[in-house]
Amino acid sequence: MDANKTARVRKRASAWALNVTLFIAMAIICLPGLWIVLNSLRPTVEIMAKPPIWIPRELSLQAYVDMFSGVGQGGIPVLEYFRNSVIIAVTSTVISLAVGMSGGYAFARYRFRAKSGWFLGLMLTRTVPGIALSLPLFFLYARVGLIDTHAGMILAYTALNVPFTIWLIDGFFRQVPRDLAEAAQIDGCTRWQAFWQVEFPLARPGIASAGIFAFLTSWNEFALASQLTRSTDSKTLPVGLLDYTAEFTIDWRGMCALAVVMIIPALLLTYAVQKHLVSGLTSGAIKG
Amino acid sequence: MKATRLPPHVMLLLPAVIVLAAVVVLPLLLSLWSSFTPFRLTRPDSIYNFVGLRNYERIFIDTDFWIAFGRTVLLLTVALNLEMLLGLGLALLVDRQTRGQRALRTILMFPMMFSPILVGFQFKFMFNDNVGLINNALQSLGVTDQAIPWLIDGALAFTAITAAEVWSSTAVFAIFILAGLMAMPREPQEAARVDGCTPWQTFRYVTWPFLMPFAFIAMTIRSLDVARAYDIIKIMTDGGPAGRTEVLWTLIARTAYSDARMGLANAMAYVAILLSVAFTAFFFSQLGKARAQVAGDW
Repeated sequence: MDANKTARVRKRASAWALNVTLFIAMAIICLPGLWIVLNSLRPTVEIMAKPPIWIPRELSLQAYVDMFSGVGQGGIPVLEYFRNSVIIAVTSTVISLAVGMSGGYAFARYRFRAKSGWFLGLMLTRTVPGIALSLPLFFLYARVGLIDTHAGMILAYTALNVPFTIWLIDGFFRQVPRDLAEAAQIDGCTRWQAFWQVEFPLARPGIASAGIFAFLTSWNEFALASQLTRSTDSKTLPVGLLDYTAEFTIDWRGMCALAVVMIIPALLLTYAVQKHLVSGLTSGAIKG
Repeated sequence: MKATRLPPHVMLLLPAVIVLAAVVVLPLLLSLWSSFTPFRLTRPDSIYNFVGLRNYERIFIDTDFWIAFGRTVLLLTVALNLEMLLGLGLALLVDRQTRGQRALRTILMFPMMFSPILVGFQFKFMFNDNVGLINNALQSLGVTDQAIPWLIDGALAFTAITAAEVWSSTAVFAIFILAGLMAMPREPQEAARVDGCTPWQTFRYVTWPFLMPFAFIAMTIRSLDVARAYDIIKIMTDGGPAGRTEVLWTLIARTAYSDARMGLANAMAYVAILLSVAFTAFFFSQLGKARAQVAGDW
């Protein structure tokens, strides 16, 4: 009886300890984001206050108003940056999905020589650090006039995304049973029709999650963008963040506001496909 | 004349190969060539001046470079191991929750959406010795009455960078290991418990081997992208103070764009590329082994 009771108390205590640990871990994950949102709403004086002000005294959207009010009034050309980011990220995502679908399908459905070698080779192109790639790419782009253009950035990001989209889409096509497409072909579909009518709809959630990954990579990339863009013609939001830094000072409030603007689209998109995101990546975990 | 038709898999792979050849392979060949020249951006002609292995020789005896190299390996090793351990812990904690798991998973994804450069700014802000959240909290709680110079002292700056890196990537491990936990059959665990295994033994010999492939997928994905740390470091310290947090990538950027010594920087870049390839190849092979073991056991 007594032993039972202590065992029960101990079990409950450890359950509580684990819950508290989880809560703290989750708080650490959320805190930096909330801190940024909070500081984008506070006047600079309050951010800089010594001793610190913990409970905000006044909240305003002034930072956002300033940001969108254009160059010269304390703003940065955020609309241009946003437009560039959207154009570059969306276009390169669409292209890399198309390229990734054809490549992924080839890996999932056909047998050919040195298949795993090709696969590894394609993956390894992704390991080249952006900064190492930016040196020769800068030189090449300067020669062909792609520096500071949308086309140049789109091309670079497509190449960055293709290996990963191939990996993901390959995994998803392999989950679609081969027999389905074969049955459709026996019923008179061409291979092309069988793909679009049968296999593509089944793999669509996976393709969507590959798309999100590609979008996030392009949306967030900095190392290449910082070297290959110059002006408002092609500067993206991550590069735009640097507009808030001067030699020794940083406008923390403005930067936090821009950070919030940057994170919202990413947040919405990721939330939309979060379920498929993981299943796509792990589908190859057990079956090689 | 009949047009020769390529086999379908070649047609399907062609676009990917063309894009990657144009944007990755061709520039890499160019940079390989220029790493054998004293190429400077300011003097374009210097690219035709072949000097053999002189750049590599110079790197080889350059202590700054080797320190940066060692620091890069150290950062990656410490960060990846910490992320793995914390991710595993987090996944186990979330897995035992019966309610609200979906919400917890969503929160876990949160750091993945942050651009590395944003992570850099956030943590630069939080670790700021004057107005940062960390020092303010420590001082308000009375842990210390002096401002801790997080980003000004070399060792502390390295810690701060590691913290930022771990914050941004632990979630990747947690999510993958969690997916593994959810996919795992429960019977072997129960059988182990019935046979008298302690919880630790059950975890070590039953659960962990099953989770390994998932952990290595996370590792592989991370190692495909290790150079993301460049963005974080570039913003937080830019290799400072006095080169105490200089890693390969910041050193390359400085040599190439500030000193305009492209040839030398390209030689360094090749060392960095080989390092990344080594990390990835290692995890790919580990992934293969873990897969084979799981396939054999189950």
